[in-house]
Order: sequence, then structure tokens, then C-alpha cells
Amino acid sequence: MNQPGSARRLRRRKSKEMIFRAMMAFSLLIVIGCLVLIIGTIIWKGLPAMNLSMITQTPKGGYYLGKEGGILNAIVGSLYLASGATILAILFSLPVVLYINIYARRNSKLASLTRFSLDVLWGIPSIVYGAFGFIIMIFFGLKSSLLAGILAVGLLEFPIMSRAADEVVRMVPRELLEASFSLGATRLETALRVVVRQCLPGLLTAVLIAFGRGIGDAASVLFTAGFTDRIPTSLLQPAATLPLAIFFQLGTPFPEVQQRAYASAAILTVLILLISLLARGLGKRYTRHIIK
Amino acid sequence: MESRTHISVQNLSVYFDDQQILKDVSIDIPDHRITAIIGPSGCGKTTLLKSLNRLLDPLDGVRVSGRVLVDGIDIYDPGTEVTEVRKKMGLLSQRPQALPMSIFDNVAYGPRLHNRFDKTRLGDIVEYHLRLAGLWEEVKDRLNEPAARLSVGQQQRLCLARGLAVAPEIILGDEPTSALDPQSSQNVERRLIDLKQDYTVVVVTHILRQAKRIADYIAFLYLGELVEHGPAAEVFANPRDPRTRAYLTGVIS
Repeated sequence: MNQPGSARRLRRRKSKEMIFRAMMAFSLLIVIGCLVLIIGTIIWKGLPAMNLSMITQTPKGGYYLGKEGGILNAIVGSLYLASGATILAILFSLPVVLYINIYARRNSKLASLTRFSLDVLWGIPSIVYGAFGFIIMIFFGLKSSLLAGILAVGLLEFPIMSRAADEVVRMVPRELLEASFSLGATRLETALRVVVRQCLPGLLTAVLIAFGRGIGDAASVLFTAGFTDRIPTSLLQPAATLPLAIFFQLGTPFPEVQQRAYASAAILTVLILLISLLARGLGKRYTRHIIK
Repeated sequence: MESRTHISVQNLSVYFDDQQILKDVSIDIPDHRITAIIGPSGCGKTTLLKSLNRLLDPLDGVRVSGRVLVDGIDIYDPGTEVTEVRKKMGLLSQRPQALPMSIFDNVAYGPRLHNRFDKTRLGDIVEYHLRLAGLWEEVKDRLNEPAARLSVGQQQRLCLARGLAVAPEIILGDEPTSALDPQSSQNVERRLIDLKQDYTVVVVTHILRQAKRIADYIAFLYLGELVEHGPAAEVFANPRDPRTRAYLTGVIS
């Protein structure tokens, strides 16, 4: 053995290791740094404008000029809209995901085509969903409304939820399905009683990711849900949303209204955080039976 | 049709894509006996077993020709209801697959699907079958715990109880002790011997000693071909085919 050669090789391997470690640490620092900066900015700029009336009142006359009121209309509107859209997306995602994983054959062309379509849909910018929703609205003679917003955002959420859920359901071991089949269960019974239970945390994550995208999206609701200072009382009324509230407030020339935009962003962030925590807390109760 | 055994396999061939896994297999599996399917790995043992309750269905590129009669009904006939076929058989897989639910719900899974019992009797049904599988004493105080918390050996007996609770006539085992420790293996073997009074048992095994311990009837598969089958004592003492002899003496494995 050539001692000096192998020592040099070892040194080179070690320095590669060091360089890669440094890169990882650097990337991590950037990511965490950005997160801290974003949240910090929102809180720093929004805190002075934050008060109870922000979340308990709808905008009063002249709110966008700096007079009193709050953004309760947008908070409630966003919750309505994102909840409706998420339920809609679940109704379409779950059958698709269960079909391509449990009904379709493993090398099924239809399943790969479905996955490919979902990937393409995922990549479509949300403004396109908004424009598409707008065309549909005009076709049916609908005005901008909560319903139209729910449809557009539901469409936006659908591929995200489906693909995220698909990755989870794919991991269910074949043998688990066979165990259920061999007891005389049909595919549907197996899907609903075994697969959904086994995948519950993953499915919950998929729903939350989609919900987060839906509630935070401005472009898809711009034409479809419209904007209003009132809280909608029917599906056919327009609805305000937090992203648009942020957008409109940031667009005013008044610093105190711009501050409120940051406060609204903070409210949106906290809202998503609370819902995630709540859902995970609820989900935990059902994870104890999962087969590893 | 003359009176036949529960399971009668007639000229069964199975292909995965272009590869023929089973070649023209015909065998009547004797009722209320333990039949062991033996043979070297990759010879088609598991395929033969899975063909008996149509678990091959979901796999891709599987083609089946020939007939498998269960109680005189061809299970591969398009008119046959697959869930009815499967209900007649309890399956033990290589690794026990508990369902993601409690111990109680695992056993109650089948009865609930098939609506065999009203709710008040469900508890009795679960207890009865857990006793039958020899697990009751170990789990009676923890029926609501996740099944995944049981040891692997306990899980295999839970799977047995779960299979029995669908009131099958046949128990299929795909190397049911291969993931178990010797103690648990022995436990499962003893259960199978007890159960053959009331059930027809078919077990795939690659352990010759296990086949000798439990089997009444032997089917020896080699490269997809059913080389020899007959009463265990006969096959072990006096194999007719040279390939069987070679396998039994460890020349081929």
C-alpha cells in the first residue's frame, strides 16, 4: 500500500465532507434567517396597528383612508372561502387518490396520466385559475361571489392536495391491503376503513398544505370572489379575503393603512398556524393505531 | 359433479407477464387435514396459495388458466363474487399484518363487514375467536389498545383470530411462522394442529422440519411444477420422484 497516496486521498475526502457541511449550514442559515425576517417584519411593522377592533369590526367608512374599523370581513371571508374550497377539494381528491392507488393496476397508464395531469395542474399559476374561474362565471352569468371564489380556490387546491395525499397513500404496504381483501372486504371498504385510517396524519398534512395555499392566495380570488366590506351571508354574495385586504391596504398612500396591511398579514399567519395546530392536535388522537 | 374436497385445483397455470410461474397444477386438497406446500424458493408455492383465494387479482400482468374449485364453484369464473370466495378462507401472511385499529376492532373487522352479528354479540364473537387463536388470556385486559403494540408472535395469532372470525372453512398460511421466534412458531403450529378438526388448512413452508411436524399431506412444487403430492408419511418415507428425494435430502434447495 502506498501510504502517502492514501493519506492524501483521505484528506481530500475529509475536505469534501467539510465543504458540504459548510454548504448545508449556510443554506439552513438562509432559510431560517428568511423565516425569522419575514415574521419579524410582519410583527414589527404590524404591531403598532394591531388592536382588538382589527379582528372584531368590519371596515367603517373611510377605513382605507386611516379611519376606524377592522378586517373582520376579510377574516371571516377567508375562512368561509378556504374552508369551502378545502371541502370541495377533499371531495374530489380522495376518490382520485384512492382510485389511482387501490383500484388501478400498479403500472396503470391511467394512473400515471392522472399523476402527470395533477403535476401540470399544480404548476399552473393561481392567476390562471382566477381567470379560468372568471370565464366560467361569465358563462353561467354568475357575479363575483363566495361561490365563484370557492370554485376557483377549490380548483387551485385540488392538485396540491391530491399529489400530497397520493405520496402518502402510495406508501401503504401491499400486504395490508391483502390482509383486508382476504377477510372479504371490497376495495372501497379497504380504502375507507384501512387505508384512510393508516394514512390519516399524511392525509391531514395534505389537506393542511392545500388549505394554507388556498387561504393565502390572492390572484385566484381577485376576479372570482370580489371584495366587500360586509360579511357575506349567502354563497352568492361577494366575499372579502385576507390576501386581497393586505394588497389593497398596502396599495394606499397612507402609512397608517400600510401598517394595517402588516397587521393583517400577521393575523393571516397566526390563523394558519392556529388551524394547523388544531388539526394536528385532533389528528393525534387517531394516530395511535397506525401500523409501522 | 361428484362430491369433492373443499378445494380442487384443476390444470392451473399462472403467468406473470411472459413468465410461467405455475405449470398445469392439479391437486385435490384433502378436507380437515393440514396440507403443506413445500419446495425451494421461487418455485411458485406462494403463487399457488394466493391463487386459492384470488389474491393474485390485484397484481399486474397476471394471467390464470385452468380452474380452482372451492366447494364446487370455479372461483375464476367471471360470475363468482370474489368477496364470497375470500370469506371462506382465513389468511396468515409471512409477516403478520395487523390492521390499523384496536385489538378488538381487528377481530371484529370481518364480522362487521359481513354483518353476521348484532352489536351485543360482537363482544362474545371477538372473545370466542381470540380464545380459539390462543390469545385471549394475553389481551383480555387491553382490547382497546392498538394491535401494533402486540409482539409479532401475538400479532400472528391475532391475524389467526381475525381470519377465523369470518367463519371460514379453510385456513391458508403463507410461511406463517417465518417472522416469529421459535416459541411463537411452536404456538402457531399447535393452533393449526388443533384447528384442523374443523378447518381445512393449507400452509406454505420452506422449513422441512415444520412440514414433518404438522403436515398430513404434502405437495412438492419444483420450478412451477407439482412434482409429487401424497400423504406426508408416504412422501417423506418414500418419495417417488427423484427431484423430491433430492429436495428432501437437501441436494436441491
